[in-house]
Amino acid sequence: MSGLGIENISMRFDLPNGRAVQALSDVSLHLSRGELLSVLGPSGCGKTTLLNIIAGFLAPTSGQITLNGHAVTGPDAERGMVFQQGALFEWMSVRENVSFGPRMAGRRARDWAGTVDHLLDVVGLKDFHDKAVYELSGGMQQRVALARCLANDPDVILMDEPLGALDALTREKMQGLVLRLWKETGKTIILITHSVEEALLLGERLLVMAPRPGRIHSEYRLPFADMGVNADLREVKKHPDFAARRDEILGMIWDMEEEIMGRPETASETAGTAGV
Amino acid sequence: MIVFLIYAAVFVSAFALVRFIVGRTATGFAARKTVTFGDESAVVPDRAASVVSVLVIFLLWGAFTGSRLLPGFLHAPGPFIGDATFSYTAEADGVGPDEATVTVRVFEVGQTVATPTVDPGEGWAKNDSDTVGAWRSGLIRVAKNDEATEGHRVTMVNGQPIAPGLTVETTYGRIGMSPKGTLNFEPAKGWQMEPIWLPAPEAVVARLTDIAREGYRGASLWEHLGFSLFRVVVGFFFGALVGIPLGYAMGLSNWFRGWFDPIVEFMRPVPPLALIPLVIIWAGIGELGKIILLFLAALWIMAIAARAGVSGVAIPKVHAAYSLGASRWQIMRHVIVPNSLPEIFTGARVAMGVCWGTVVAAELVAAEKGVGMMIMVASKFQQTDIVIMGIVLIGLIGFGIDILMRWAEKLLVPWKGRI
Repeated sequence: MSGLGIENISMRFDLPNGRAVQALSDVSLHLSRGELLSVLGPSGCGKTTLLNIIAGFLAPTSGQITLNGHAVTGPDAERGMVFQQGALFEWMSVRENVSFGPRMAGRRARDWAGTVDHLLDVVGLKDFHDKAVYELSGGMQQRVALARCLANDPDVILMDEPLGALDALTREKMQGLVLRLWKETGKTIILITHSVEEALLLGERLLVMAPRPGRIHSEYRLPFADMGVNADLREVKKHPDFAARRDEILGMIWDMEEEIMGRPETASETAGTAGV
Repeated sequence: MIVFLIYAAVFVSAFALVRFIVGRTATGFAARKTVTFGDESAVVPDRAASVVSVLVIFLLWGAFTGSRLLPGFLHAPGPFIGDATFSYTAEADGVGPDEATVTVRVFEVGQTVATPTVDPGEGWAKNDSDTVGAWRSGLIRVAKNDEATEGHRVTMVNGQPIAPGLTVETTYGRIGMSPKGTLNFEPAKGWQMEPIWLPAPEAVVARLTDIAREGYRGASLWEHLGFSLFRVVVGFFFGALVGIPLGYAMGLSNWFRGWFDPIVEFMRPVPPLALIPLVIIWAGIGELGKIILLFLAALWIMAIAARAGVSGVAIPKVHAAYSLGASRWQIMRHVIVPNSLPEIFTGARVAMGVCWGTVVAAELVAAEKGVGMMIMVASKFQQTDIVIMGIVLIGLIGFGIDILMRWAEKLLVPWKGRI
């Protein structure tokens, strides 16, 4: 059984005040090797919790994650992670950051030097090998984070809003880079994002999650990622299907947000407080 | 009070003067800012003010101690030195009132002077002479050479009535009268400080070279300084050696955190100075006691700094390291320790400052060698120049330690404040 299995995952957080929050409820999904799944949803729908469970940072209340047939019990080099920001090691140079995984695995420099140099070229940091990471711009730092993850050659790459902190222009460039790297390396990728456009552009599959409790709302298979590999992403965005999908999903998320804001419970709670 | 007013006046006038000469002090980007009041980043220390500030301190010091380094016109009025004269009118039984003159030679304390010779003069009250040291006062027994001694009493000085409790001000100083009727002359003190209260700067420098050459109390100056520094370095070293791992353990394990939290949180606010008596009781006044004290002074600070360094690690860094395949030990070595360095350096700077202050205080209480002992012993003999020299050295060394720590920090933690 190859690929990534998400099997009936539920997650409940017990709060100190005795209440409990159902972050995820019975989420199941299967990703084949080399698929790119983007995950969208309003805040509080449990997408980051799901990603942390897949990464092995959190243990689910029930259900399990399997990768290529074996169960996931904790973090491992087979599942790489790219964070929004702040995950680089400032005390290391760019090159030391990128070679962190191989070095920790005890591999000798001559075994990883070629890969690391190649990856730094691919992400466009050819002349920045020995720079300190705090000297780089936000976009360059995310390139380092991508290269660092790839240098470790994981089976699955988990991305938690990796482009969320970048400005619009840098973000567009980085979206192209992510697509290219995905095609070149054939990695399985899960990408969490807040941007509907980004989810549509990059996701071969798109998952929309709904909140309270966090669950899968709907799933799409999309052609845009394949189109984007060979074309300008701006051209892809002009595709009529793209606009239609975007409006459809945006509307869906809007409805969910509205539902949260105007829930009858919340209204009655407010009324109760006012009565007191 | 006068000194303070002079200081304030110099502060304001120097500001006006520097502004007049230099104009706007801000340069670069800050010079183009219109909003500077309230914008902390636009406030940079005015170096001209720093230079003037230091100069003014030495200037005032010199002016009020009559320093030879300053031209005379800058000196505050000094004490009266030279021959003072005043007249007195005495009465005695069986004779009429008679007048005579007193000449008092006021000399700098430390010099030997001869009593001035005076002509005894006419009448039964004879002219007198005596000597009094500057800043001192002396009884002038005018009756001792007078011919009529029965019922001798002085009634006037310089034509003004005098009696026990009354005083007469003259240009040379103040003349009072003791309860027994003897005149008491107090030469004018001026505005300057007496060397036993505040020696002139050059006297302190002279004393420094003196002690640097000959030592003080059976040990050279370098030994005194070296012993103090040695205690600080050893105490701090052991404090860091135990405190940093303790802090890490507290940042990494619930059990350690729970076990040591009450101890650390209780000991942290206890000033190390309060431990001196207990340490002396337990370990005596030798090196061991001092090092234990400094160890305790550094320990809690370093433990808390290391704990803060661990808690301060951004969780994505740890997660990233785990998902890159690092083991716990590797995460400790490559993520947690380097990430905590800025906090540890901050803690080390604080701890070094506290240790330096504590060692001086501990030496003030009891020690055979050390810079604190030096100023304590000197103060008992009113050797104010040594006390001031010691204070200046303590300040310079403390400052030097901090500069060194900052330099090391810049070298080892170049990313501090840039994330």
